[in-house]
Amino acid sequence: MDARYERNFPALSEAEFAALRTKRVLVVGCGGLGGYLIEFMTRIGIGTLRICDGDVFEASNLNRQLLSQVPLVGTGKARAAAERAAAVNPEVHMEVCESFMTPETVVELVQACDAVLDGLDNIESRKLLASACSEAGIPYIYGAVSGWVAQAAVAMPGDGLLDRLYPENAKLKSKSVLSFTPALCAAMQTALCVKLLTGRPVESGTMSYFDLLNLEFEIIPV
Amino acid sequence: MIEVRVFATLRDGRDKITMMAPEGISCARDIMTRMNIPDEEVSILLINGFHQKPESPVKDGDVVALFPPVGGG
Repeated sequence: MDARYERNFPALSEAEFAALRTKRVLVVGCGGLGGYLIEFMTRIGIGTLRICDGDVFEASNLNRQLLSQVPLVGTGKARAAAERAAAVNPEVHMEVCESFMTPETVVELVQACDAVLDGLDNIESRKLLASACSEAGIPYIYGAVSGWVAQAAVAMPGDGLLDRLYPENAKLKSKSVLSFTPALCAAMQTALCVKLLTGRPVESGTMSYFDLLNLEFEIIPV
Repeated sequence: MIEVRVFATLRDGRDKITMMAPEGISCARDIMTRMNIPDEEVSILLINGFHQKPESPVKDGDVVALFPPVGGG
């Protein structure tokens, strides 16, 4: 076994890890959540990582986005993510889309993926992605953050999770996100994703909610 | 009494738990109105641990939990 992966065991079995090496996962968004999702999936040794983001780094990303650095302000997030992933684990096959996901591209984007990780930052895009995953029969692993709060859940095809999480008139009050909140959220999402891909039981129909300010953890039926 | 629990930013200027007399309250929206919380600031609404809507009925002894929309990334 490659020394790179020796600490994966025995938390993962050899069969589980072998399964992970054959899987393709899509991460949409390479910002706060996406940066950590890509880092975690790359290091654990996913087979293929498809990433998508048309955005460039801005100074306001530096407080929380793992991949952002002062010299990278103005450069593409997806490109930076691909370079970081190649430097961390060149064994992961990367597929890079340097444009924003749109209603026209989302179907092709999710095609042939075993799971999709949500690294998005708005409700409309999440609903678009979740709907495409549902249509394609692919599990969608939701994550969202705000301030000190992180929440994550698995949406299985057809379960309509996003419509229940975000009623039609739901409005985000603030764009504030602290440096550590996306890391926690992405950790929960990645753990859910790894369990799904290795055939371990994953409970859908509930959402994990963390409030780091008040140290509260809730499992919410959704 | 109805126990109302609010989470995250809904706690700004409000207590974590409010005990509310049931008189004049027939649905969850009546509680939200009394607490000055508009519909668009509530994403998840639980009554006794089950996912419900603002128009869902509420009665004495119920526990109502309100979570705001969380959508950043």
